[in-house]
Amino acid sequence: MLNKLYDWVDERLDITPIWRDIADHEVPEHVNPAHHFSAFVYCFGGLTFFVTVIQILSGMFLTMYYVPDVENAWNSVYYLQNEVAFGEIVRGMHHWGASLVIVMIFLHTLRVFFTGSYKKPRELNWMVGVMLFGVILGLGFTGYLLPWDMKALFATKVGIEIAASVPVIGEYIKILLAGDDTILGAQTLTRFFAIHVFFLPAALLGLMGAHFIMIRKQGISGPL
Amino acid sequence: MHRGKGMKFVGDSRVPALRKPNIPKDYSEYPGKTEAFYPNFLLKEWLIGAVFLIGFLILTVAHPSPLEAQADPTDTGYIPLPDWYFLFLYQLLKYEFASGPYNIVGAIIVPGLAFTALLLAPFLDPGPERRPIKRPLPTAFMLLALSSIVYLTWESVVNHDWEAAEAQGQIVEEVAIDKESEGYQIYANATCINCHGENLEGGVGPALVTTEKTAEEIAEIAVNGITKNDVVAMPPSWTGSEEELAVLAEFIATLGDEE
Repeated sequence: MLNKLYDWVDERLDITPIWRDIADHEVPEHVNPAHHFSAFVYCFGGLTFFVTVIQILSGMFLTMYYVPDVENAWNSVYYLQNEVAFGEIVRGMHHWGASLVIVMIFLHTLRVFFTGSYKKPRELNWMVGVMLFGVILGLGFTGYLLPWDMKALFATKVGIEIAASVPVIGEYIKILLAGDDTILGAQTLTRFFAIHVFFLPAALLGLMGAHFIMIRKQGISGPL
Repeated sequence: MHRGKGMKFVGDSRVPALRKPNIPKDYSEYPGKTEAFYPNFLLKEWLIGAVFLIGFLILTVAHPSPLEAQADPTDTGYIPLPDWYFLFLYQLLKYEFASGPYNIVGAIIVPGLAFTALLLAPFLDPGPERRPIKRPLPTAFMLLALSSIVYLTWESVVNHDWEAAEAQGQIVEEVAIDKESEGYQIYANATCINCHGENLEGGVGPALVTTEKTAEEIAEIAVNGITKNDVVAMPPSWTGSEEELAVLAEFIATLGDEE
């Protein structure tokens, strides 16, 4: 039945090469922890991806309750945390996942660096990876404000002051992020929400797509 | 050309790289036990992923994510702290050479240089060698950056007053306070109210609605204050009579228990 359905679609769209390109390749021995235990360092990239998927899924569920507005943001998080069934777990996954994804991407960066895997012909993929690191730090920074509690507000205040100290364009960055040149309030919260939920995830997905296509094109770097 | 399910695939679609000495050899040229990604390797990854997920879920259940009191921009006494992964940048700004007039050094130049160097690493280190030991400069710089990050984060953590941080952000439960009671009258007429607030919700001093202290402990604090690490957290305050002190301490001690 499933086979027939597959054949029906395949006959019309020729989908076999698509998934073959993604799935049909050999995993070399030197990155396989089943053969060399020390090869677990090659898992960090995959775990970063795994935690990113958790972040996207848990984040989608969080927006079902979260209200990006100064009056209700904190109350909606409080309600989610204390009243909603499993809300504490979903928020917990997003909260701890945010830390975990940074730990994992950091370890992944170190692995690529110390195995010299960024060398020709993989320069572009390395640069995309560093940009991904930047995007993930940006997600961490913008997401920190969203619960609208004391630590969020005051940490963001400091962060925006630092951004404002950039020469020439600092003031503009500040206005872009905060929505005002002096007040950090309602406008800031909605901007951070938009950046955290739409702009940065879009950039993240695009860069991740590029990252993975390049890996498939070039393969994993050889053993040292 | 044969298309669809029966199509033959030879290897995977890698870019044919010109054989130049600084291009690492294709790993298919190394003898070894390769394994098909799908389904063999993917199934193993799946298992590791499941174990990882269980550990992660245990973490989320064991440590509920923190939530402080609702943001109050008028609270000027709040000591800010970023999330842990920005602590090293935050700590950098506290040093003399990176703050005040040199703020731009700590805020822009040092992080900017480090990020640019990381981004351009393939061009700063273009040689063919891949082993860390054979490219001492990149390795040394990375180790230096790593140890600075660890050191700065560590310094930031040990120099932060975590107890004060916990107290300043606490969600204060709204406890109904009987403002007619004798205890509250004493509280309001003494100096307590100036720091601990009209509803005992805190201000300069911490909230007193759920102190979890006994009346004796509270009386002791009111008379002697609190001195921690030679810093006076609360000055000795009580100047009234013993009788009133007992009533006051009893009033504060029983506030949280009324549920």
